Amino acid sequence: MTTKLFGEPVRRREDARLITGRGRYLDDIGAGALAAAFVRSPHAHARIVDVDVDAALDVEGLVAIYTYEDLTGPLAEPLPVLIPHPQLHAPRTGYPLANGEVNHVGEPVVMVVATDRYVAEDAAERIAVTYEELPVVVGVDASRAAQHAVHEEIPDNVAARHHQETGDVEPALAAAPHTLSFTQYVERSACMPLEGKGVHARWDADDRSLRVHTSTQASTSVRAAIAAKLQLSLDEVEVIAPDVGGGFGVKIVHPWPEELLVPMAAIALGREVKWAEDRREHFISSAHERQQRQEVSVGFDDDGRITALDVHIWHDNGAYTPYGIIVPIVTATQLVGPYVIPVYRVVVESVYTNTVIVTPYRGAGRPQGCFAMERTMDRIADALGLDRAVVRERNLIQPDQFPYDHHLTFQDGRPVIYDSGDYPALLEKLKALVGWDGVGALRDDAEARGKLLGAGMALYVEGTGPGPYEGGHVQVLGSGKVLVSTGLTTQGQGHETSFAQIVASELGVPIEDVEVTTGDTRRFPYAVGTFASRAAVMSGNAIALAARGVREKALRIAADVLEADPGDLQIEDGVVQVRGTPGASIPLRTVAVLSNPLRYAFDEAAKQATQFATHDDTKPPVAPGDAPGLEHRDYYSPLRSTFASGAHAAVVEIDPATWEIDVVNYAVVHDCGNVVNPMIVEGQVHGGVAQGVGGALYERMAYDADGQLQNASFMDFLMPYASEVPDIVIDHQQTPSPLNPLGIKGAGEAGVIPGSAALASAIEDAVGRRITSMPISPTELYDLMRSETAERTAALDRRTGVGA
Amino acid sequence: MKPAPFRYADPRSVPEALEVLAAEEGAKVLAGGQSLLPLLSMRLAAPATLVDLNRVPGLDTVEVTGDGVRVGALVRHAGLLTHGGAARVQPLLARATANVAHPAIRNRGTTVGSIAHADPAGEMTSVLALTGGSVTVASPSGERVVGWRDLFVGPLETSLPAASVVTSAFFPALPPRSGTAFAEVARRRGDYAVCGAGVVVTLDEDRRVAAVRASYVSVGLTPEVHDLTDAVAGSPVEKADWAAAGALARTLVEPDGDLHASADYRRLLVGVLTERTLTSAADEAVERTPA
Repeated sequence: MTTKLFGEPVRRREDARLITGRGRYLDDIGAGALAAAFVRSPHAHARIVDVDVDAALDVEGLVAIYTYEDLTGPLAEPLPVLIPHPQLHAPRTGYPLANGEVNHVGEPVVMVVATDRYVAEDAAERIAVTYEELPVVVGVDASRAAQHAVHEEIPDNVAARHHQETGDVEPALAAAPHTLSFTQYVERSACMPLEGKGVHARWDADDRSLRVHTSTQASTSVRAAIAAKLQLSLDEVEVIAPDVGGGFGVKIVHPWPEELLVPMAAIALGREVKWAEDRREHFISSAHERQQRQEVSVGFDDDGRITALDVHIWHDNGAYTPYGIIVPIVTATQLVGPYVIPVYRVVVESVYTNTVIVTPYRGAGRPQGCFAMERTMDRIADALGLDRAVVRERNLIQPDQFPYDHHLTFQDGRPVIYDSGDYPALLEKLKALVGWDGVGALRDDAEARGKLLGAGMALYVEGTGPGPYEGGHVQVLGSGKVLVSTGLTTQGQGHETSFAQIVASELGVPIEDVEVTTGDTRRFPYAVGTFASRAAVMSGNAIALAARGVREKALRIAADVLEADPGDLQIEDGVVQVRGTPGASIPLRTVAVLSNPLRYAFDEAAKQATQFATHDDTKPPVAPGDAPGLEHRDYYSPLRSTFASGAHAAVVEIDPATWEIDVVNYAVVHDCGNVVNPMIVEGQVHGGVAQGVGGALYERMAYDADGQLQNASFMDFLMPYASEVPDIVIDHQQTPSPLNPLGIKGAGEAGVIPGSAALASAIEDAVGRRITSMPISPTELYDLMRSETAERTAALDRRTGVGA
Repeated sequence: MKPAPFRYADPRSVPEALEVLAAEEGAKVLAGGQSLLPLLSMRLAAPATLVDLNRVPGLDTVEVTGDGVRVGALVRHAGLLTHGGAARVQPLLARATANVAHPAIRNRGTTVGSIAHADPAGEMTSVLALTGGSVTVASPSGERVVGWRDLFVGPLETSLPAASVVTSAFFPALPPRSGTAFAEVARRRGDYAVCGAGVVVTLDEDRRVAAVRASYVSVGLTPEVHDLTDAVAGSPVEKADWAAAGALARTLVEPDGDLHASADYRRLLVGVLTERTLTSAADEAVERTPA
């Protein structure tokens, strides 16, 4: 592998287009399309008694109205349980349009199609749905109490009881020199991509083909779902993810009702139909994540080394389980982080509530797992009077213990075996980066200014790049242009740059010649999707393998022409040459022309490949086993996930008069193996930290007891602005993965994982009160400081009179 | 999130605007649109007609005299924020306007529009009250001046009849020997304040505290002015116990709780912000009082 561009901070090639309005997002497509709008349930739990559309019928511009009664065949069945699991004993999914019952506010009941979105909303507003309200279940505690059932036939509200253990935890806890038990909560937040979901469908009746654009993270699987649900042959459906304005997990769920209903309408009406989700719809009918109640019992020795860990979690999965129990599994298995846990038992009960479904949001259960583990470390330190970094250090897996087997089963059904890492070095770098040992002096300085200062840290290990596979296709054209495609999608990660870097490096061509296409089933029909920090690992390696295949063929053809041994050839700047023999060379584009024997020539270049221009008549033009064209398709399928790691530290200053929390320093040490593009990785970390800070200090889904979301707009849902995101200092460590050819690990989610844990620790350090629930806002911190029952921590002894 | 159908009127004069407002029931005035358009898009408001003032000439001026600052109905927050003359006569205007949302909103939103919108979370309603200001209202029966006390009836509700246009707001000048300050606590920079405070401190000729008044943002249903003089009356300014004034303020306000702050927390902030702003306003009052 040449390393000319691999590892370089190449500027993102797509940005000029995206930030100057030349992107092509879903709503930029189909300007003349009919528009769909939805009547959505205003109730969290109700029976539908009647749907009266009469008043809408005279709205000028109305084209069609669909209710459940209009759905036929597989469309009238419940939506798929995408990821079944033996421990998901009571899965439930909704219907594309509600079938007699609604289980959360925002569930689609009626679809209206009209000449434009304004008219569609006018008509939707006039449709009268009569509901008979049912008792509402909101929050894990209410669900667990099971006074009411979300689904009548599941009286305990439990969808799944996920259970893993590595030994006999109860005797291990009983034998521990010290034990601690505590309960804590994490609140709901959501992905909130700036572009909501959206679908555009066009049916070509002459061609009998359906072209669907959708703002998705999984176009190939949406295609399969549409074909199955609309009873079309796979070859009649093509699905394209255009530019996608962020996903963060919510767009990996599929098929969304709209992804089926919009194509259905397009076929029925013979017209283009489009639906672009608005922000309110996104809040109440897409997906949320994160709410858990965590009960932790830990045993540890006098040095703070953990001897046993027993965790019982109640996980709010919302009204349905289309994405199975991936988030519970990820929490259960990633909770252990970089630590040796001799005996571990985890039970995650995934419970129904009358709220929006819960599916992976960047981190996908890891932030909660990290919160459980890291807060456990903080409590052990507090109980023993030890430095929090010291307790962590004593529990770390050591570099000579890799591969390290946790004896757990990961979300991909494969063992949790850490492939590589150096956690003690991570921690050392973090302490140096944040100035951990100098926090006391910072604290004094802040105190002199009337502020409370605290520091906290959190470490994590992230399983990235799960299978089953991704593929890549690389083709060199006679023009010299190199076309690269992969089936997984892009929603802002910079794949046009990073994948091009890989191909440029592998093939020896200028990056300017490389064009990358993602998420278009016309170009690459086999793929899984973009989630779980897997694109660089999966498609990156597949594309590298494809490029290597092209290189091999190019050298073979060039060796023929140059009468040299392929082993003596190299490709640089798009030219194949004999090493050490100036002049003995052939441009790669010419090799591409020669790779495709021609009868017809349309330009000068092609003439070189026509039948009277080539002279070897002893062999067929295309050798047996060979194929025309300079292209190669290859796949990467990993044995198991590769495990990235990192450590964050936060320093906060708190105003003891207003209890405002200011993050004054945020340090990140990050290890994702070999880095394709450090600038892109840092951008991913920045974005992740922004969402981590949001989840820790600003965002929550404020459901009331009736299941009404009280803050379903950006006015009241406090996604942090740039002004709320702290400056971030980053240090890198690279422990390559031995599992894949490029030695890389995923980086997409890392930044978000430790945010709540590190910030809770820092706030607790500043104020000396136990933080048992995140996020925390100034008004809540004020309540905590006034609470007589709030647990005082050892950090309180350091307080000298500033504040409470 | 698309507005329900509405008619759109584009008058070229105030009388023409009043004609439409009088003729069409449920007509609503549009100026900067920063509050109204989101309400329309959420279908929380569905006026039959929008009367867009933006093409009415003469409403976009700031007039500054020794008596005060008159702000026309089409003056944007950003225009007031950067108006040097206005800041000299009534420094509270720029200080408060700097807290209005974000630059993009200040570039479009109008000061008078936010007053006519009567949102208790708006800064300029509170400033109108604290300065003892008024608005000039045009209606089919003529033009009249309405003092702030008679203007605000409830959240998002004024005493003005439907067929009227607020053509300007008048903010009296900062009196002699007085200083002002304004501060907010918001969850994110530029958000509606969880609590905001504007204060005016007036000294006597011996630099003793003569009067202290405060008005708050996001506290109570309508803007109110609280007299805090009792807590510090007669005290030499450098020895004034501003914390006592803050404590008094806490007893006078009746805040509500919401998603972002409990009533108690708002009350806490009223005290803190009162003390902080008074300290700073007192400095200005001293500067403006001849020794």
